[in-house]
Amino acid sequence: MAEIEFRKLAHSYAERPLSPVDYALKEMDFAWQDGGAYALLGPSGCGKTTLLNIISGLLRPSQGRVLYDGRDITALSPAKRNIAQVFQFPVIYDTMTVAQNLAFPLRNRRVPRAETQRRVGELLDMLELQPVADRRAAGLTADQKQKISMGRGLVRDDVAAILFDEPLTVIDPHLKWQLRRKLKEVHERFGHTLVYVTHDQNEALTFADKVVVMFDGEVVQLGTPQELFEAPAHRYVGYFIGSPGMNFLGAHLVSDGIGIDGTEIVLGGHWAAAARQHARSRLAIGIRPEFMGVSATPRDDAVPAKLVSVQDLGNFKLVRARLGPHEVTAKLPEDQPVPTDGAHLVFQPEWTKLYADDRLVA
Amino acid sequence: MTIMALKRVTRLVGEELHLDDVSLNLQSGQLYVLLGQTSAGKTSLLRVMAGLDRPSEGQVMLGGVDVTQKSVRQRNVAMVYQQFVNYPSFTVYDNIASPLRLRGFRRAEVDRRVKETAELLHIEALLGRLPAELSGGQQQRLAIARALVKEADLLLLDEPLVNLDYKLREELRTELKALFARRDAIVVYATTEPMEALIMGGNVVVMGEGRALQAGPTLEVYHRPGSIRVATTFSDPAMNMIDVSVRDGQARTKTGLALPLRGSLANLGPGRYRLGVRANHLFLQRRREADIELEGEVDLAEISGSETFVHLRHNNLDWVIQEEGVHPLQRGSAVTFYLDPEKLYVFGDTGALELAPATTPLDHAA
Amino acid sequence: MNKTENNKAWFLVLPVVILVAFSAVIPLMTVVNYSVQDIFGPGQRFFVGDEWFRETLRDPRLHEAFLRQLLFTGTILAIQIPLGIAIALTLPTKGWGVSACLVLLALPLLMPWNVVGTIWLIFARTDIGLAGWSLAQLGIDFNFTGDPLHAWITVVVMDVWHWTPLVVLLCYSGLRAIPDAFYQAAQVDGAGAWAVFRYIQLPKLTGVLTIAVLLRFMDSFMIYTEPFVLTGGGPGNSTTFLSQFLATAAVGRFDIGPAAAFSIIYFLFILLFSWLFYTAITRISTGTR
Repeated sequence: MAEIEFRKLAHSYAERPLSPVDYALKEMDFAWQDGGAYALLGPSGCGKTTLLNIISGLLRPSQGRVLYDGRDITALSPAKRNIAQVFQFPVIYDTMTVAQNLAFPLRNRRVPRAETQRRVGELLDMLELQPVADRRAAGLTADQKQKISMGRGLVRDDVAAILFDEPLTVIDPHLKWQLRRKLKEVHERFGHTLVYVTHDQNEALTFADKVVVMFDGEVVQLGTPQELFEAPAHRYVGYFIGSPGMNFLGAHLVSDGIGIDGTEIVLGGHWAAAARQHARSRLAIGIRPEFMGVSATPRDDAVPAKLVSVQDLGNFKLVRARLGPHEVTAKLPEDQPVPTDGAHLVFQPEWTKLYADDRLVA
Repeated sequence: MTIMALKRVTRLVGEELHLDDVSLNLQSGQLYVLLGQTSAGKTSLLRVMAGLDRPSEGQVMLGGVDVTQKSVRQRNVAMVYQQFVNYPSFTVYDNIASPLRLRGFRRAEVDRRVKETAELLHIEALLGRLPAELSGGQQQRLAIARALVKEADLLLLDEPLVNLDYKLREELRTELKALFARRDAIVVYATTEPMEALIMGGNVVVMGEGRALQAGPTLEVYHRPGSIRVATTFSDPAMNMIDVSVRDGQARTKTGLALPLRGSLANLGPGRYRLGVRANHLFLQRRREADIELEGEVDLAEISGSETFVHLRHNNLDWVIQEEGVHPLQRGSAVTFYLDPEKLYVFGDTGALELAPATTPLDHAA
Repeated sequence: MNKTENNKAWFLVLPVVILVAFSAVIPLMTVVNYSVQDIFGPGQRFFVGDEWFRETLRDPRLHEAFLRQLLFTGTILAIQIPLGIAIALTLPTKGWGVSACLVLLALPLLMPWNVVGTIWLIFARTDIGLAGWSLAQLGIDFNFTGDPLHAWITVVVMDVWHWTPLVVLLCYSGLRAIPDAFYQAAQVDGAGAWAVFRYIQLPKLTGVLTIAVLLRFMDSFMIYTEPFVLTGGGPGNSTTFLSQFLATAAVGRFDIGPAAAFSIIYFLFILLFSWLFYTAITRISTGTR
């Protein structure tokens, strides 16, 4: 088990990177805690797999260092790093039984027989693979195979970290949550440092204590699932996390605060103060559909908007309204009455965020 | 207006029953969502509709004409698959143009229609590219464009978004819904996801084990599932089910839990029932006086981005609660949760719906 | 079900049925017909039952040819399969070297069989052939036309040169089909090169190896042209394999009846052995020993 640290880490697949666009991974400095469960979340091409390969040692970064527990392992091969990895498609040794598969990493390291048997037995119980222990691994279902790949990592007691590369891709939807629960259980019991790569928000947020959201080769936020939802640090996080994503309304600085583009609405208070610090930046107001209040009748704290559509989705309703040039989405609980003509939008102050050049400032 | 009618369609493959006595009426200009789990018969039904497979029994009528024996090429059908099926050596333009050229449209007409359709699906800037140079979402847009350009009477889509990232899925769903609304065709859209069915709207046909379990307007079926089977299929997460016996105005479980029956439930006669509660009708906070308080132990908190699904154990039963927002609850921690007795579904001994909670209907849908 | 459509579908298979009938079934039946008759000339034929079969099976020359054939096939399989795997493992996996190697390897496969025989006939000559001359210079008295062992070695080496590339190409394609994740996992699991070969590469190759063994078995069991050109079956009968034996009987001595009986026995042999190989290998790979 280990703390993983990146110092001035960056990577480019080009031999002589000239501009920032040549970098698959832009410079970053992070320290990930020992025993933490981290998820790397982002769309395809965001650099998450590049970062994972750097952690595992399959790829050597073109710049910076990787440290495990303070020890520089940048130049070490995967085998010498004591990491384990679970891949997208289950990797099992076809000709071996389930138990032999689990014993394989120990056999290669010449662990005494009795010790091997004890650890394999423990894992077979933990992963609920005992009934198929002596079956050939080749004939098993995808989720059992993934458990075996996971078990081969867990069986070693010297593992610094276990890496998961979209491990649930080939698992039947209704079995996914069981495996997620198993992962949680494993983490609680063994306390390994876990790193999990996925493009699925559900998997990342369920699995991780800390989610690393990546976009365009950059870490745009490292935070708890709650932080990502309640205070997205970057516009991309607001868009990517949550369905539907966050509403963003372009804004500009006016004399007495921030004016929302194309409307008469002006925000003062702490937003205005923050905006003055970023006078030259592109400003936007962000609010999640879940926090956007909708009233059928005028209210002091509400702004009138034109109702575009109401969609009844059974257990909630999606209201779309037009505010000047902006279309705004609000998510209403099923019991709340829905306005029929005009909608009055309530921007709850604590959930109204200000972004300057895509980054959260207030 | 064209009507497609399936009359007692059954399809046997070897010993296996793929479709079991399916009767449906589908109207042009309408959207029908086939909702069902994997191997519920959705694809089999689509293939029979398309004419790719023949039913073992029953008839397929299109506009009053029996087309049961007509092959797919004699019907005006377009189909979109899970996999992104495009001609790999054709450009985007030629891919979209291919169905038109096969039918001998004039060059100018082909050009007009290709550009029009490409614009609808926002791939007009990609016309010169090959499918391999497109992203997954763009490839599926292309496949959909090729299906739309035919202006077929019957447009069939078999889980078209399942292989895309969820953000793309969100975008395309909304777009597709708008596209279908402007079509004259009979649109049939198969999916495994209840949420997708609700977003697409229109009508739903809930399928299970080769049978059409229930058909009707999507929301109506959602709010009044006719049986436990339909309720289970049309709930994500699955509907919580509790077996009870009713006596003296109280519903008791075997494990000793007693629920008072009030409101519309007060009239429930004595006997055995199954109570269903949707996950979104269980709450972590008390909301009404009448709410029933229960204690449970957290098994897993699944977080979907803006909602949390709390799987928990209570009274030897597994429950799922759907809660707005992100709540990272620890496994094994104790929670109090609340059940709104007004929101109970009651199913009888045979699994048929006896009572459904009242809904606040949307009197306005812009 | 609708019969009309199903009947139409049969017409599509008809050309193949006719083709197979003329190319395989009818000739085979003719051979069966010959094998149970004694033919002296046109119109002079007598039914002899299983006489030819019994006579053929008792023929000591056939027994010798059969053993020789088994030895030859066994030898070349024992050499070509491991050698093919070994070469495939050492081939480059990327860069210009890939196509260069593949083209070089494919060259022997492109040559007509009698040309292969002729090449080696010249190659092994001690006066002008590169191999023969070199051996002679090294002081080895190499004489493949006179010494049965030398003849054998020459035929085996020739076949290895000719056909190992096929095994290599099959194995190479099989190896390329193994996803990188397997190698990465093995690295992570601390597996050495041997373990990688034993537990990943070999199991993943069973499919192509089945094909390779079957092809090489059937082909080598029917080998005719190359030894015919190179040694003519000699010296003595030392390189007379089954097909040559058959040709001598049918064409050389014109014993059509016995030759037909022998053909059928030969055909059944190959069928039986192919089936045995196939079931054995598929059993091993699916683990239902």
